[in-house]
Amino acid sequence: MSDKKIRLKILRQDSPTKAKRWEEFDVEWHPRMNVISALMEVQRNPVTVDGTKVAPVVWESSCLEEVCGACTMIVNGRVRQSCTALIDQVSPNGEPITLAPMTKFPLVRDLIVDRSRMFHDLQKVKAWITLDGSHELGPGPRQAPENQEEAYPLSRCMTCGCCLEACPQVNDSSNFIGPAAINQVRLFNLHPSGKMHATERLEAVMGEGGVADCGKAQNCVEVCPKEIPLVDSIAQVSRATTKHMLFGWLLK
Amino acid sequence: MAQAKGIRSESGKVRRVIVVGGGLAGLMTVIKLCEAGVPVDLFSLVPVKRSHSVCAQGGINASVNTKGEGDSPRVHLEETVYGGDFLANQPPVKGMADAAPGIVYMLDRMGVPFNRTAEGLLDFRRFGGTLFHRTAFAGATTGQQLLYALDEQVRRFETVDVEDDKGIVVKGEKMVRKFEFWDFVSIVQDDTGRCVGIVAQDLKTMDVTSFPADGVCLATGGPGIVFGRSTNSVINTGTAASAVYQQGACYGNGEFIQVHPTAIPGADKLRLISESARGEGGRVWVPKDPKERRIGRDVPEGDRDYFLEAKYPGYGNLVPRDIASRELFLKCFHEKKGVYNDKTNQNELEVYLDLTHIQKDVLKHKLAGILEIYEKFVGEDPYENPMRVFPAVHYSMGGLWVDFERSADGSLVPGSPRNQSTNIEGLYAAGEVDYQYHGANRLGANSLLSCIYAGMVTGPSMATYRKNMKTSGYDSPKSTFDKAEKRERAKYTDLLKLDGKENPYGLHKELGDAMLLDCTIERHNDKLDKVIAKIDELEDRAKKVNVLDTSEHANRGAQFVRHLNNMLVLARVIAQGARNRDESRGAHFKPAFKERNDKDFLRSTLALYKGGEKGRSEVTYVRELDYTLAGRSVHITDSVDISLVTPRARKYEQAGAASAAATGALSGTESKKSAAATPSA
Repeated sequence: MSDKKIRLKILRQDSPTKAKRWEEFDVEWHPRMNVISALMEVQRNPVTVDGTKVAPVVWESSCLEEVCGACTMIVNGRVRQSCTALIDQVSPNGEPITLAPMTKFPLVRDLIVDRSRMFHDLQKVKAWITLDGSHELGPGPRQAPENQEEAYPLSRCMTCGCCLEACPQVNDSSNFIGPAAINQVRLFNLHPSGKMHATERLEAVMGEGGVADCGKAQNCVEVCPKEIPLVDSIAQVSRATTKHMLFGWLLK
Repeated sequence: MAQAKGIRSESGKVRRVIVVGGGLAGLMTVIKLCEAGVPVDLFSLVPVKRSHSVCAQGGINASVNTKGEGDSPRVHLEETVYGGDFLANQPPVKGMADAAPGIVYMLDRMGVPFNRTAEGLLDFRRFGGTLFHRTAFAGATTGQQLLYALDEQVRRFETVDVEDDKGIVVKGEKMVRKFEFWDFVSIVQDDTGRCVGIVAQDLKTMDVTSFPADGVCLATGGPGIVFGRSTNSVINTGTAASAVYQQGACYGNGEFIQVHPTAIPGADKLRLISESARGEGGRVWVPKDPKERRIGRDVPEGDRDYFLEAKYPGYGNLVPRDIASRELFLKCFHEKKGVYNDKTNQNELEVYLDLTHIQKDVLKHKLAGILEIYEKFVGEDPYENPMRVFPAVHYSMGGLWVDFERSADGSLVPGSPRNQSTNIEGLYAAGEVDYQYHGANRLGANSLLSCIYAGMVTGPSMATYRKNMKTSGYDSPKSTFDKAEKRERAKYTDLLKLDGKENPYGLHKELGDAMLLDCTIERHNDKLDKVIAKIDELEDRAKKVNVLDTSEHANRGAQFVRHLNNMLVLARVIAQGARNRDESRGAHFKPAFKERNDKDFLRSTLALYKGGEKGRSEVTYVRELDYTLAGRSVHITDSVDISLVTPRARKYEQAGAASAAATGALSGTESKKSAAATPSA
């Protein structure tokens, strides 16, 4: 048994209307430990470093292998999934680890925020193929392997919210839709059948809060856990909207 | 009374169906219902895009035969029932195998970025239990990509208006309404026992509310968390299945739990390394010398024991999971030949899964998703070093018992309301939560298929049920819903008052440890008796837990106690089922009863709940059962429909043995045999 301890500093809030507070917890170190397993220890024994028994910390999680996007939070000041935040990497010399909820979404409790706006944005940009039906209609259109190689990385977006959290243009005084939804416009406009409705998607990201609101800070691509080329996606969609704005009426 | 007709109930409400769970099975059910014009309320514990289906990695099976190997749905059917050791009812499996190519084409049309061949066709790879290239894949995150495709289609239906029977738009009503971050609590039953809605809890406000419905489908996934740590997502507690089982739904084949041979050990979760690693040529080995101190990549070929290839030349590293897991367990646990650890001075419970002989760009193209997981969680480069893995609880073949109506050609009658119906009228189940498609052992890449296929069957089945209803669930007396809501609210209030000494998370750990140790790969009756005694003890102690959290907002403690109680009930179904089955079949292996015993045990395990003494749960196992559907009584027994493929002993030592009936004995398999024994690079 090791007596090495990990200190967690957690920003807590009981509900959106209550005050924020920091609480600190010590938990025992284990090999291969991640932030989630440290939080699980706190859940089992919710006592702060000064010996006060408190309500267990709550957070959102599901897959614990960075494919679902649920456990996103701010670890040591950086937005990321907490399941892949290995303790030995975020606290190599036993430094305290700070955990805080994302700030660009309404708070629910402790480390849980409400990201439903991201799912609404997917509706807004019509991030789907308009299918004739799920009945048998034979194979889909043939696609070159290169097309798949371009689409697949874009399609790995987990709607986790890291890119929105890091984007300076996403804030209380802006309606900027953010990189995730714009990337979906590129993805579906690439697809042979998706292309047929490309204009609708482009129009959804034109105007206020659309792709033109991007400030080119490029933070999104830095924090994306799936290394999605978000800056490229924004540039491509931006060019397509400009083209559509200038020449779209000619094609009508 | 007049038949319930049209889009509205007598009271004027839009008649909706409820689907609980937004993984592949739930979403496919929703799509089929919407296409049939049936509006849906979709409930999910998490935003549906975060459902456990995202964790599926390797692919989805369909006998499209693009590689010219002579594959066909008939072979797929045979290999599936053979792999499942003949415990699955064969007509549903036939329906699934026949539908598979169409399902993969549908997903392709939905925009799933499946890997492609040079000609622009779908690419297929190999998986366990077959010699054919039958598995379509999108990198190594196929489940995620399929879930996203269905999620997108359901999102589209969130924007589509409900129309009445004359095609006039019903104002303010969309085809799909989502209730995300809601926990299923129980079904609502009318005086006749018919399911007319659900009670669920909003996990933000903690409000407990009842919802009427013209049919309910549970698509809530498996119970992996009963075993503590597994490859499952933390939400997979089986709580919904357990709740309806306690309300009278029959649970089938609970004892059949799949242990996946290759996962990364971890403190919070055992992360899966997909079978596709072996499908693409990955090899499993241990050093011949149990005290080997060199690291994996430095051990020369001659000093390695490729034990699966040696023992099963026919299928090699791609023997089905039950067999591979047992062999790994034998090597590490009994023979103590697991990878030697210099620091701890012992042989760890780990074997090598080696991909280092395969070209890097091939690996990147086809397996990057899983190799990334290994790299991130272990901190070693799997392109250069053999991975270290061990078996982990992965999937439940058992689940809620569901019916089917057999067609003349040995498949399912399309649209029959019996298909996927539980023994509670109006309650359906689809996906891992049902027991239907995999018998005693599931083949890899058949789970994504069975989830989607079950959804494709459940949608039309429920649409028929709704169409033929005499009275809408919406017209059930208000008192029925009030009573259910009041009962569940009271239970929740009681949970908040629990201030005993026991820690619910601690009890869960004890349950997981007991189940993992003695109710997985190897089962001994004396040890199972101890597991059952442990469950007795834990059920008693669970009454004295401390809820830890009494907050009225986003309370996770009280919710966990509810799930814990439900897990204990399911654990007993699993353990007691294992205790009773004195044979070895598929994933259920008893060293004291090594042979499969068709005479006594070629039958489904049917479990019914009974409240027992001292507030403990009890299981009643039955051989037959009657249930009512649309005013007709249906009689079912535990016999397995083996009308299409005659049971025979499994022989994976021999190439082609799993498909011998469909392909004409073992002729012509010689070339494939050599392909199986030497991995293709």
